Amino acid sequence: MIGTAAGTFSGLFGVGGGAVIVPMLIALLAYGERLATGTSLAAIVVIAIIAVALQGGAYGNVDIGTALILAVPAIFGIVAGTFIQQRIPERTVSLIFAILLIAVAAEMVLG
Amino acid sequence: MDLALAMVVCGLGGVIGGLIGVGGGAVFVPAMTILLSKGQVEAEATSLLMIALVSIVGAWRQRSYGNVNARDAAMIGLLSPVGVLVGVVIANEVPERALRIGFAALALYMAWRLLRRAFGPEDPESGQPADPSGDDPPGAAGSPASGAAPPAGRESAGAGDPPPAARPTTP
Repeated sequence: MIGTAAGTFSGLFGVGGGAVIVPMLIALLAYGERLATGTSLAAIVVIAIIAVALQGGAYGNVDIGTALILAVPAIFGIVAGTFIQQRIPERTVSLIFAILLIAVAAEMVLG
Repeated sequence: MDLALAMVVCGLGGVIGGLIGVGGGAVFVPAMTILLSKGQVEAEATSLLMIALVSIVGAWRQRSYGNVNARDAAMIGLLSPVGVLVGVVIANEVPERALRIGFAALALYMAWRLLRRAFGPEDPESGQPADPSGDDPPGAAGSPASGAAPPAGRESAGAGDPPPAARPTTP
């Protein structure tokens, strides 16, 4: 169910599905925050690759050059983010995630 | 200049992704639409490629910290194509405004659940935030849906966490 829901939102909004996977892993499978986020990233690898194949192959909308340029700082960022996450309380991860979800909801409605 | 700013924003998106386990698309897409003037569809498609690259590195780092349940991750990932197909079809059929409002509602519900967890009581046995929802059956920590899910307290955290190298690895 989590996989299907995550995939649906990935196809709908171009997000990797983590915004769905992490809360579901925590709420439905009683995962701790760190394990939920790590497992989410691993699942997103598969989900995003499939979604790229669908979107890029079917519609030709992927700008590979821009993706590669912007992915470089993003990769440095995620290495830093995972490093920091190991050193903060798990509750803080839930709090950050909640704030992000509220911001995303606001952007979705107002943007 | 706008490209440099977009790179900075995407770098911050990567940090957020690493912190909370998302691919960063929620940051990448507006960075491209606002700063690089890309269309919504092209930005979303391009962000998916970025997410693929970024999440590979993120998952690799989290695995080294012992924070990946590979079995559940594979199950979620492999079942997602059904959802992806559904999502792509819906995106082409349903008005964008309705999609946005629906996703916003789901995001707010999830935020509410996480806020209750962040500020709720702590499980005295595991030292981990207790799920205050009451939706889960007792003993849900053993994961009724997946035998591979660990006990809730296994990766319990807090300021006194041992260094990553000393933590047990994921089964």
